[in-house]
Amino acid sequence: MAGLRLDHLAIVQDDFALRADWSAEPGGRVAVIGPSGAGKSTLLHTIAGFMPPSEGAVLWQGARIDALPPGQRPLSILFQDQNLFPHLTVAQNLGLGLDPTLRRVDWRAVEAVLERVGLSGLGTRRPAQLSGGQQSRAALARALLRQRPLLLLDEPFAALGPALKAEMLDLVDALAGDALVLMVTHDPADARRFARDTVLVAEGVAAPPVPTAALFADPPPALAAYLGGAAF
Amino acid sequence: MARRAGTLTALALAFVTLAPVAVVMVQAGGRGLTAPDWAALRFTLLQAALSALASVGCAVPLARALARRRFAGRGALITALGAPFLLPVIVAVLGLLAVFGRAGVVNATLRGLGLPEVSIFGLGGVVLAHVFLNMPLATRMLLQGWQAIPAERLRLAESLGFTPREVWRHLERPMLRAVLPGALLAVFAICLTSFAVVLILGGGPAATTVELAIWQAIRFEFDLPRAATLAVMQVLACGGAVGLAGLVARAPGFGAGLDRLHPLPAPPGWRRGLDAAVLALATLFLAAPLLAVLQRGLPGLLSLPASIWPAAAASALVACLAAPLAVGGALALALGRAQGVRWLEPVAMLPMAGSQLVLGTGLFLIAFPLVTPARLSLPVTVLVTAVMSLPFAYRILAPAAQALVADYGRLAAALDLRGGAALRLLVLPRLRRPLGFALGLCAALAAGDLGVVALFATETGVTLPLAISRLMGAYRMDQAAGAALVLVALAFGLFWIGDRWGRGGTEA
Repeated sequence: MAGLRLDHLAIVQDDFALRADWSAEPGGRVAVIGPSGAGKSTLLHTIAGFMPPSEGAVLWQGARIDALPPGQRPLSILFQDQNLFPHLTVAQNLGLGLDPTLRRVDWRAVEAVLERVGLSGLGTRRPAQLSGGQQSRAALARALLRQRPLLLLDEPFAALGPALKAEMLDLVDALAGDALVLMVTHDPADARRFARDTVLVAEGVAAPPVPTAALFADPPPALAAYLGGAAF
Repeated sequence: MARRAGTLTALALAFVTLAPVAVVMVQAGGRGLTAPDWAALRFTLLQAALSALASVGCAVPLARALARRRFAGRGALITALGAPFLLPVIVAVLGLLAVFGRAGVVNATLRGLGLPEVSIFGLGGVVLAHVFLNMPLATRMLLQGWQAIPAERLRLAESLGFTPREVWRHLERPMLRAVLPGALLAVFAICLTSFAVVLILGGGPAATTVELAIWQAIRFEFDLPRAATLAVMQVLACGGAVGLAGLVARAPGFGAGLDRLHPLPAPPGWRRGLDAAVLALATLFLAAPLLAVLQRGLPGLLSLPASIWPAAAASALVACLAAPLAVGGALALALGRAQGVRWLEPVAMLPMAGSQLVLGTGLFLIAFPLVTPARLSLPVTVLVTAVMSLPFAYRILAPAAQALVADYGRLAAALDLRGGAALRLLVLPRLRRPLGFALGLCAALAAGDLGVVALFATETGVTLPLAISRLMGAYRMDQAAGAALVLVALAFGLFWIGDRWGRGGTEA
């Protein structure tokens, strides 16, 4: 009974194809790394339900979730951008995580989560009035409120500086607890900082997760080519 | 978010537009075309072709002058060119009658000079009115063409030392070749179904359009088979024109700015004088009829017959019901289309291929055996005006809906935000501006519309435009002008309210 199971999954679109057949356990921290265009985001979006798989299945705790609409899957996803509605306040944006109609929201819970991500008292602001780092924290806070056991990060911190990004990754690790976190990144440093395991996406295959340290110590040819001279 | 709502709306719209046509087709069976039918078709095509040529022909020098000159009031003039679209047609006709009619300024001057008078009735008057109503639209279309000439080309032209003649040959003429067919067909299609203009300025065997002939067949001859035959003819003509227009249509240029970084060369000398003259003449031509209505109508306001007020209330009611119906339908279609249901777009454009009187005839044929048509006057007017203005609302909302889905569709899906909550928390706040604009536009069109109501109304269910046309028919011109001012205030007031509501949203 694995947490996430990708069972002979295939995503085919025109001349693009990606296959995956592996599992990841609850509480895991998995980086998804590979050259751009290889299908890292596509993999996450298929798990999240924005793209139907061509073959195979996506399972959570043994149950298929690939027929569910995105919002009803046991997961939260943070996109590269557009994670907050600009016309709603920060608190309203968070409240959507508890109740999409905003009618039965426990606003004290919202305020408590804001405090945990370091945004106390900013609930009445609009996203445009926050810094980039604060916006990322708000989006993360909403994912926390939703309490889904799987968290997908599609490079949501890519626009932040290195120090701020490292800080956010530590925050995710601390707050995600028992949830399984899958994080797309193109930066090996992110993977090594955050993820015990790493999935390499290259040449049409999303390989099963392997321990990050071992992967980078002895990179397979596709990863070596991607890392180029920047290997360590 | 709204795929199902879009599909249901499309089915309803297709039913409302196609069912009357189907009824009409069945009724029309077995009756050949008579000589008057052919004459009506010939006149329809002739006046529409002449109107298109004259409107676009006048628009070319005007758009060029606006594109290459900078002067105080230029922005206001361009904005004002949008106004005739909202102006009730009957008011425009009233103004043109005041300027070009028997007692108008033009004929008074001609008489003073001992020259023969001109008549505003018949083909000339119909074309004149269509130019008044459509030249501004054509000008705005062509102006967008001029503004779309890339700055790089203009810089190149300048660096090569092009004279105005060469700018024309290498930049302007190729641009016009691309833009003119679309503008010509747009005006042609609009003029094919023109009703109010021909009702007042046309008529008689020599100047009857198909649309007017349908009305006469139902109102005066009660010859329903003939009305049905004419309606089929009208559907074929409109369908052909709209189909052609769809083939040559270019991507709609929404939001073209008034100014560019690299201005068009503004040649000095006689060309400067020519542009000034064109601008002055066009302003005079567009403003004079409105001023004439104002001058005549202000005293008329004091002597308005009491029957005007129920008619105004009826028009306001029609507008307040038709606008939300049209905009709501257009919103469902636009959101559905934005989420990838492609076939919704041609359905949204379907009403363009019909005409008010065709829809009206079909509904008349459906209703006639069941109820007295006059009792249905207002509901049918609401339905038909909503259907006819839906394509405009769709065109306004579609780009905004596309952007909304592209920017926030995934986030909404990820949060399970859908249905009524998505409408309340996402669609209404984010699309408030185009929604307000579309509501205002549809309300103004519905309030000023004189079409299907003329087919159904008797003593009851009279709208303000119909009341004005009846005052004109009774030669009570001062009262008609006064009522026209009420109508203008109503139409522009409704537009202002809608647009104002749209702008009231919080910006983010």
